[in-house]
Amino acid sequence: MKLGFLVDLNLCMGCKGCEIACKVENNVPLSTWRLRVKYIDIGTFPNTSRSFTPLRCNHCENAPCERICPVSALHYLENGIVNVDSARCIGCAGCMMACPYGAIYMDPETNTADKCTYCAHRIESGMMPACVVACPVEANIFGDVEDDTSHISQYIMEHQGGVQVRKPEKHTDPKHYYVGGGTYTLDPLAHERIEGYSLFNNITHLEAVGDKNHGVLDRFLAPFTSHGHTDNKSFMDFDKKEHESHEEEGGH
Amino acid sequence: MVESTIHATQAVVTLDVALPGIIWGWMITLNMWAKSIGTGVILVGAFLLYRHKKEEMPNLRWTMPLISFVALNVFLLFTLVDLHQPYRMINIFLHPHWTSAITVGAWMASLFTGLITVMMLIGGFDAFPDFRKHCPVGKKVREISPFYEKIFPFVVFLAIPVTLYTAIIMAESSARELWQAPTEVMQMMWAALLAGSAALIFVSDSWSREARKDLALVLAIATFFSFMMYMGEYFFSFKSAEAEATLEYVHAGGSYNVEFWFAMVLGFILPFFLAVSNMKSDNKTLLRFAAIVALVGLYLAKDVWLKIPQMLPLS
Repeated sequence: MKLGFLVDLNLCMGCKGCEIACKVENNVPLSTWRLRVKYIDIGTFPNTSRSFTPLRCNHCENAPCERICPVSALHYLENGIVNVDSARCIGCAGCMMACPYGAIYMDPETNTADKCTYCAHRIESGMMPACVVACPVEANIFGDVEDDTSHISQYIMEHQGGVQVRKPEKHTDPKHYYVGGGTYTLDPLAHERIEGYSLFNNITHLEAVGDKNHGVLDRFLAPFTSHGHTDNKSFMDFDKKEHESHEEEGGH
Repeated sequence: MVESTIHATQAVVTLDVALPGIIWGWMITLNMWAKSIGTGVILVGAFLLYRHKKEEMPNLRWTMPLISFVALNVFLLFTLVDLHQPYRMINIFLHPHWTSAITVGAWMASLFTGLITVMMLIGGFDAFPDFRKHCPVGKKVREISPFYEKIFPFVVFLAIPVTLYTAIIMAESSARELWQAPTEVMQMMWAALLAGSAALIFVSDSWSREARKDLALVLAIATFFSFMMYMGEYFFSFKSAEAEATLEYVHAGGSYNVEFWFAMVLGFILPFFLAVSNMKSDNKTLLRFAAIVALVGLYLAKDVWLKIPQMLPLS
């Protein structure tokens, strides 16, 4: 059994339902994403089009993150999922340096590496990943790519020649496919990322890897103190001085 | 070309999340720089002991492991401090994953530091026979004095993989195409020889002129080849689109452009000429100056090379 994902970009309408479902299902902290939908505008006015590309871990068969992880916190499950054991992770960020898809983040709450696991906990209970369930147009297709009769295998066969993976030159053998994509949507070098500009805010880069309030000393003192924990609720504490100005955060 | 006239193929990201910035920062630079000194002094020290009599370098037996010990501890400290979960470092020893160069390196570096500690203690107690004369530890260490010479060849041999494993970590970081294994391996080796010779220059006051000349020679060769390696990679990394895109940005005066050239001049060009001139005229002050600028420049060069590929968006 080898579980894989296929996204039909012709169907995706960029509603971000999958992104939200993933956040909720996996308690993904603010400022981090296991799955995100990127908008890319192609062409010049009036001949323009907008494409939406959901990006998540590719669960590579030859995963560079698994290879570089010094403690096997990143490991393969029997069904092909590249899973994370956050209790074992030492937070070296080697996996973030190795993943060619930028799919791994440092969880600011646990200060360990985390990423999409294809909702391994749901799969174990016979359920579909949260993003698949949430998709209103069934653009996310999930299943066993080694089973010829599975929906995903048949979809791949139907779209032979039109199925793509991200960065095939990396020889990672991703188990995440795209139909209806092109170089402009899948290759980050093929589209321009204008610094300081996006639809809703001006934040282009994260301030820190992991918890920005978790300094070098805190890393050592964390087991003995309780002040280091940050959760989603703490971000909502608007009485704090740093939240006084939305402009400071890059918002409107 | 039609695509450049109608702009039909212009693609711009209009909505995306904030991306991580520099993931491995100055702590990793300092880590690599300190390790270069820690292993370099052993490699250069072994070369000098092969070429010259011990009497020509009277303090080498204890200063060499002492410098190495200090540098390796700085390296280990910053390796630990850079972890987001430093106490879990123990997992590398309890749950090792041997395909990872981080694991292999951590084991080798720990063994290397252990052996260097033994050498430092033996060298130190032998060099100062009146120090802690009646202390049981001092006595014990002095008793095993010949052990120093026995383990030294093994330590020299181990210094090579300990120097090089960071290059393999960088090569395993397959998201950053600027770092390729063969060039990184050679860069690490030249950096160790550069840092080792520069560090030993500070303790070479009482050495014979010939020994100091050899130190200057190693420094000159290491700076020359380091510079050549960086130039080759900086201007001619054609085979990977990502490496090209990274360098194109830096070439065009983007971030780290000034730091890079500052590092090249300070770390390689200036010390090269100073070391070469010193091989003819034995000027200790000038040689020490060459060592200082070489070490500062090496830090800057490593810092730039570590950070620039991390500026590229991966998705």
